[in-house]
Amino acid sequence: MGDVEHSRFVPKVPLSIAGAAKRWNAVAIGASAGGGGALRTILSLLPGDYALPILIAQHLHPDDNGGFAENLARDVSLPVTSACDKQVIQAGHIYVAPANYHMLVERNGYIALTTDEKVNWSRPSIDVLFESAAYAWREKLIALILSGANSDGTEGLRTIKKLGGIALAQDPGTTEYPAMPWSAINAGVVDEILTLHEIGQRLTELVG
Amino acid sequence: MRDIDTEQIEIELLLEALYRAYGYDFRSYARASIERRTRQFLSRKGIKTVSEMIGKVLREKDLSSQLAQYFSIPVTEMFRDPFVFRAVREQVVPLLRTWPHFKVWCAGCATGEEVYSLAILLQEEDIYERATIYATDFNDVSLDSAKEGVYSMEKIREATINYQHAGGRRSFADYYMARYDAVVMDNRLKERITFANHNLATDGVFAETHLIFCRNVLIYFDRDLQNRALRLYTDSLVHGGFLCLGTKENLQFTEVTDLYRTINGKAKIYRKWEM
Repeated sequence: MGDVEHSRFVPKVPLSIAGAAKRWNAVAIGASAGGGGALRTILSLLPGDYALPILIAQHLHPDDNGGFAENLARDVSLPVTSACDKQVIQAGHIYVAPANYHMLVERNGYIALTTDEKVNWSRPSIDVLFESAAYAWREKLIALILSGANSDGTEGLRTIKKLGGIALAQDPGTTEYPAMPWSAINAGVVDEILTLHEIGQRLTELVG
Repeated sequence: MRDIDTEQIEIELLLEALYRAYGYDFRSYARASIERRTRQFLSRKGIKTVSEMIGKVLREKDLSSQLAQYFSIPVTEMFRDPFVFRAVREQVVPLLRTWPHFKVWCAGCATGEEVYSLAILLQEEDIYERATIYATDFNDVSLDSAKEGVYSMEKIREATINYQHAGGRRSFADYYMARYDAVVMDNRLKERITFANHNLATDGVFAETHLIFCRNVLIYFDRDLQNRALRLYTDSLVHGGFLCLGTKENLQFTEVTDLYRTINGKAKIYRKWEM
């Protein structure tokens, strides 16, 4: 608490981490129903030289075949790819978990995909991404949970909090489907509740 | 030392214990997924630390085989990525036809969904009788269920949709017999398939082949083990033989990349082509 520099976006829950004093390694984002538009808004607000890699688990139809990532790439200035197995994670790149695969992070900085059983009826599952990212990046991870109609991501955020990362949630009042951020907020694993515009600014200033 | 650093060491020791005591070799598997499954196995069994589990695994053979099974839970579906099977029909089958007899290797066939999909495709293309198909896996439990070819109704519903998208020419129901709430695959599909135990981590090449199907198996391996498996495939394939990988797997950055031409970049179909 008490980091004056960031008091412009007053968190609705206590801010447990002093943002600017830390060095961050990555951003992990979970999104489901209504998350596509939210992602587009947030990612368009980021500068073209954004210093962190961004990994996204968005629930997709199993037949998506990269279309979601291609569309996102059109609207966002940072490079967007539908992630491949063993792909090296680079700063300033956005990696979208491909439909019908779970996306995990290996400690030595590359992506691992699996076709393991669905988690929370989802593949990719946000929990799977968040948990592995938490173990890979520990207190240097920024996590963000967006619109969705289920509770995927809450358990992953719990792990992220346990290992020292920071958790942001889209203000449920601004979502198309509030259940997913509510689930995380009610579980007490969210540090800041923000509007989309505030999220874009927060992600920028955390690394600034 | 932080708990998670301790746990990392413990998991390495666990894998070593599994290998030295029982020969199960998961040491070169992609680590993030193995760690996730270890944590899940622990919580299911009510075991507090990985160290405690190492002791149990070393003394209880039954627990060790449960863990090995848990590490290799296979999840496949029939005609997964239907467009890949369409590409096989259009770009691979015409060349398979040019061989009087050809051999197919389904490596890491798990519970058999993919090998039956291929068998159906080859039947519809009228070249099944010319094929010898090897379906291999290191997990005997999976292999037994692959041989049985019994699947849940739910899986068959999903398979039927995939089959139609994959360019199937008949009714999918022609390929199985319903049995209560499950189905058993038609025996004619099994005629040319040999199911055998083969471990990509430890075994060698056993036949010369013309088409190797190995989709979403290499993602579970680290780079070294991936390269080992790819060397096996390269040794096994004839000149001009085909290799089909998972849609998110890639020959790029592997040891064998120069030995292949890309036939279909999206479907990840490659052709061995040594200069």
